[in-house]
Amino acid sequence: MSVLIFVDIAEGKIKKASFEAANYGAAIANQMGTEAAAIVLGNCTEDLSMLGNYGISKVFHNTDSALNVFDAKVYAQAIADATEATTSNILIFSNTITGKALAPRVSVRLKAGLVSGAVALPDTSNGFVVRKSVFSGKAFASVAIQTDKKIISLNPNAFSITKSNNSATVETISLTIQPSTIELVSVNKITGDVPLGEADIVVSGGRGLKGPENWGLVTDLAQLLGAATACSRPVADIHWRPHHEHVGQTGLAIAPNLYIAIGISGAIQHLAGVNRSKTIVVINKDPEAPFFKAADYGIVGDAFEVVPKIIEAVKKLKGSV
Amino acid sequence: MKILICISKTPDTTAKIAFADNNTSFATDGVQWIINPYDEWYALVKAIELKEADPSIVLHLANVGGADTEPIIRKALALGGEEAFRVNTDNTDSFFVASQIAHLAKAGNYDLIFTGKETIDYNGASIGAMLSELLDVPFISHAVKLELNNNVATVTREIEGGEEINKLSLPAVISCQKGMAEQRIPNMKGIMGARSKPLHVSEPVEAAAYTSIVSFDLPPAKAGVKLIPADHPEELVRLLNEEAKAI
Repeated sequence: MSVLIFVDIAEGKIKKASFEAANYGAAIANQMGTEAAAIVLGNCTEDLSMLGNYGISKVFHNTDSALNVFDAKVYAQAIADATEATTSNILIFSNTITGKALAPRVSVRLKAGLVSGAVALPDTSNGFVVRKSVFSGKAFASVAIQTDKKIISLNPNAFSITKSNNSATVETISLTIQPSTIELVSVNKITGDVPLGEADIVVSGGRGLKGPENWGLVTDLAQLLGAATACSRPVADIHWRPHHEHVGQTGLAIAPNLYIAIGISGAIQHLAGVNRSKTIVVINKDPEAPFFKAADYGIVGDAFEVVPKIIEAVKKLKGSV
Repeated sequence: MKILICISKTPDTTAKIAFADNNTSFATDGVQWIINPYDEWYALVKAIELKEADPSIVLHLANVGGADTEPIIRKALALGGEEAFRVNTDNTDSFFVASQIAHLAKAGNYDLIFTGKETIDYNGASIGAMLSELLDVPFISHAVKLELNNNVATVTREIEGGEEINKLSLPAVISCQKGMAEQRIPNMKGIMGARSKPLHVSEPVEAAAYTSIVSFDLPPAKAGVKLIPADHPEELVRLLNEEAKAI
């Protein structure tokens, strides 16, 4: 009986959400009086023993060349086999695009109940109950897993990492990897720097910015803060910004530490995608904008005057640190 | 070619979220029900576009739900679904629901199965992937574009920070999201025609439920916004740094 965490690799590097998943899995292992191990599939240029910093005691690594193309079917079988080979009974994913394609498949293979989008450690005082985000961030559900084996996929930015100086042992795990039937034609990285779903800070713009030519306000502030950029649905619909930047009920749901909304009124559908953000800043010239009700800090003013001053103040702050 | 589109009933995106029965169920009073937007706008409309390009394609709909889901099934038929299959049971656990659709899918021998990327109520994002495992076929999630060339699909899918193009032979399960297609409004001819389209109802097959909902709760209300005068935005930066410790 132990906890196994799927640690996801992108371009040879461990994804940020996977560190959270690893640390979350280690906390569960600690809660259950057992150990946490990680399964890593595909080539990784990082030293995997540093997963020990996140509470992992053992890393199982397989670098079969068939794993170079992501095929949910192939990966799910490998992870399910690794779960059985390591006699793990709790399996953790991060609730990212990759995790969403894998966790349900593994759930079927292992006959293990899945809670996706977890936001807290399981409550084991009466059964095994996991709190998850539902209604696109507008509510939470506590869900009991009834099966012996359990799978949780953790929402990004939902669990604060506690690091240590420990080191993990790394060993190769032998798995029968099936050949993939999916051909990878091409990969096109759009944003490159900060993936929106994992970003600590997000700067977002709405129709109040009047046109795509004014997006420098958003991107300048974002760059200064090391933030990802996002937008409201109408902005994506009229093609001022690409669809993948759309946050809200029918776009991406995000939970950054800081969300700065510029010229976004805050329709209920938009709030649904961002209201799990820790701190929300709203800049809007309409004092009646509904977004102010959901905000922590607000400025009622013209973005074209206010944001450049904010950029100057942030520059000053960063310069002094 | 046969395409099965899985549709689910969800509360309207503006519905007030409240709970009943001591916070164990969603309060349905006054709630407008819709087809889950990802299922409708992207999965269903994409399938309709494929049929418009190749009229020999057959479009079937699958739904797991009680009789109260029939209005949304009729709407999906009005948009362009040709025949619908409803499994008469509450959709609670993801594995249970996926098992019901897998049963329908095996009987119908479909080349392509479309789902939305997730429902806007439970946000499980599980049915498509579970279905693909139950049917032992490939699964592509978060598809934003798809082209068919006989039995080969070229699918553009979202990855973190970008897109990837995959090519695969059918059958497959594909979960759809924004980009696949654009929302449509059913026309009068479609609405009239939908009334006479076949809607088959069957009882659920036996399948396990792996999970159950214990209770719901709402996030705590915000304390209230702290307004900063527009002529002193630097004060916002100070507060974000010193008070919120966010930058």
